[in-house]
Amino acid sequence: MIRTENLSLKIGAKMLLKPLSVELESNQLHLILGPNGAGKSTLVKLLSGQLKPTSGEVFYGEEPLSSIKMEELARFRAVLSQSVDFAFPLRVEEVVMMGRYPYFSSRPAKLDLEIVQESMRWFGILHFADRDYTTLSGGERQRVQFARIMAQIWPGDDTHRILFLDEPLTFLDVKYQYDFLKKIRNFIGTQNLTVIGVLHDLNLAARFADKQILLKEGELIVHGDQKTVLTSEHIRKAYGMEPRLIEAEGRLIIDF
Amino acid sequence: MKKAKFIPLILGFILLLTVYLSLRYGAIKLSWEEISGGIRSLFSGEQATLNERIFAELRLPRVLLCILTGAALAVGGVLMQALFRNPIVEPGLVGTSSGAAFGASLYFVLGAVLHFDGGEWTLPIAACVGGIVATWLVFMLSGSFRSRSSIVGLLLTGIAINALFLSGIGFLSYIARDPQARSITFWNLGTISGANWHSVLIVGASTLLCVLLALRYTKSLNALMMGEDEARLVGVNIKRLKLEVLTINVIIVSVATAFTGVISFVGLIVPHILRMMGGSDNRYLLLNGILMGGIVLTLADLVARMTLRPAELPIGIVTSVVGVPVFIFLLRKGKFYF
Repeated sequence: MIRTENLSLKIGAKMLLKPLSVELESNQLHLILGPNGAGKSTLVKLLSGQLKPTSGEVFYGEEPLSSIKMEELARFRAVLSQSVDFAFPLRVEEVVMMGRYPYFSSRPAKLDLEIVQESMRWFGILHFADRDYTTLSGGERQRVQFARIMAQIWPGDDTHRILFLDEPLTFLDVKYQYDFLKKIRNFIGTQNLTVIGVLHDLNLAARFADKQILLKEGELIVHGDQKTVLTSEHIRKAYGMEPRLIEAEGRLIIDF
Repeated sequence: MKKAKFIPLILGFILLLTVYLSLRYGAIKLSWEEISGGIRSLFSGEQATLNERIFAELRLPRVLLCILTGAALAVGGVLMQALFRNPIVEPGLVGTSSGAAFGASLYFVLGAVLHFDGGEWTLPIAACVGGIVATWLVFMLSGSFRSRSSIVGLLLTGIAINALFLSGIGFLSYIARDPQARSITFWNLGTISGANWHSVLIVGASTLLCVLLALRYTKSLNALMMGEDEARLVGVNIKRLKLEVLTINVIIVSVATAFTGVISFVGLIVPHILRMMGGSDNRYLLLNGILMGGIVLTLADLVARMTLRPAELPIGIVTSVVGVPVFIFLLRKGKFYF
């Protein structure tokens, strides 16, 4: 379980995240929703340890995040960002290998090489393993990054792993968005993995998330499962727009 | 892009060829018998002919110093470019070389004025200290020890500090007497002609040690290609990485510069050529940079010795004549990143 206690972030005079205490259960997909400037990305960066809070603390299980060493953290926590650019040309395989960097000191072990191959196969990028990353399209790059991130938290033992998604679908087309989220669901179902992420698309969130966290202007509106969170009232409050909620074949569709 | 499996073999072969040419040709052409006689006299200490002594005491250490200095400059270039994610950075741009030159100039002038002669070590030590001070100034003033420092800030600070030290050198050569002023000029243009077995041993030790240390950082430097944030996420301690890699760079470059004077552009061009040949993996760049740096500087020295035979050109002039067009080509291609 990941828990926050009075977690807040203030930069200058601006409160980016007002004190927040939530509990996020393990082995679920938690998606953070809200309009622009709601503090979604801030929350993900605080939870993943990329930002240091002004007040409060994040706990992974019982352990305060601030007491975990960066090298140690990298072996069970990974973050998939919107896009990653490289300063120099590098082969795709070498990029994916970076996911294994927390595990070896100077040269990869046989296991690392196998995991990199396996991860590339899983994301269908094996056929361009030798290509230069900087020449790939946005969608292809994101698949490479996904393979790298999964290589980083590849299940080897039963350690609990945490994956953060920081709007990773921005540059993907619909097919890959669904493909990606189905893979995430599959991972959560088969591994000891918790996923916490930011998405813009409410319908994708409704379709795939176990729990949703709705924020507005750095403040929590509501946190819970779909029935609790995605109501007309909450959506109106967060986005200032009147939604139309359609129930079809047991699925919720949100239209404006 | 393919894995660069054969590149070390090819480079190794070219290096051997270059070394062979460099050993045989120069102000005096040496024969095979003289070379083998020179090698024998090195080990047995038996009486040698003049040409054998030229080989054993001048030419061989000179070629070795070329290889070691070339390797040191190339490795410095690889480290700096990786650290700043920018292919136009080289040790000279962040003050190391001009600082070393200032330290050396100060030694020439003060040494002559004060009739001070601390032995053959004083010049290298003065240059080394100068290089360290200048680099440290550039990094401190540009805030590069902090995270998220800007490359533009670093380069501009580098220009300012370079200008400061160059005017310092200018002042020193202005007040210096003729022989000292000439030493300063020669030293600022770089020359391998002072090579002897002492300098080979010192530069060799420093280069070997720094390369072994640097190899431990190639993984983290690779991760840094993704940017500081992403590198942190795979467990890289950016602040420590910057400080340690920078220290390695200052030592390896200052020590080499201390014995040879300022040799520009080698650290810039070598990593770039290697990147075009086989990608940007820093381990590959570092190991092959040793070979390629050796080739480039040995060739440059051969050209410097052969052009005005029996006199010689300062080697820095040769590397600049080749390096400037390449540098401008890189700028025009726009393959650099701020």
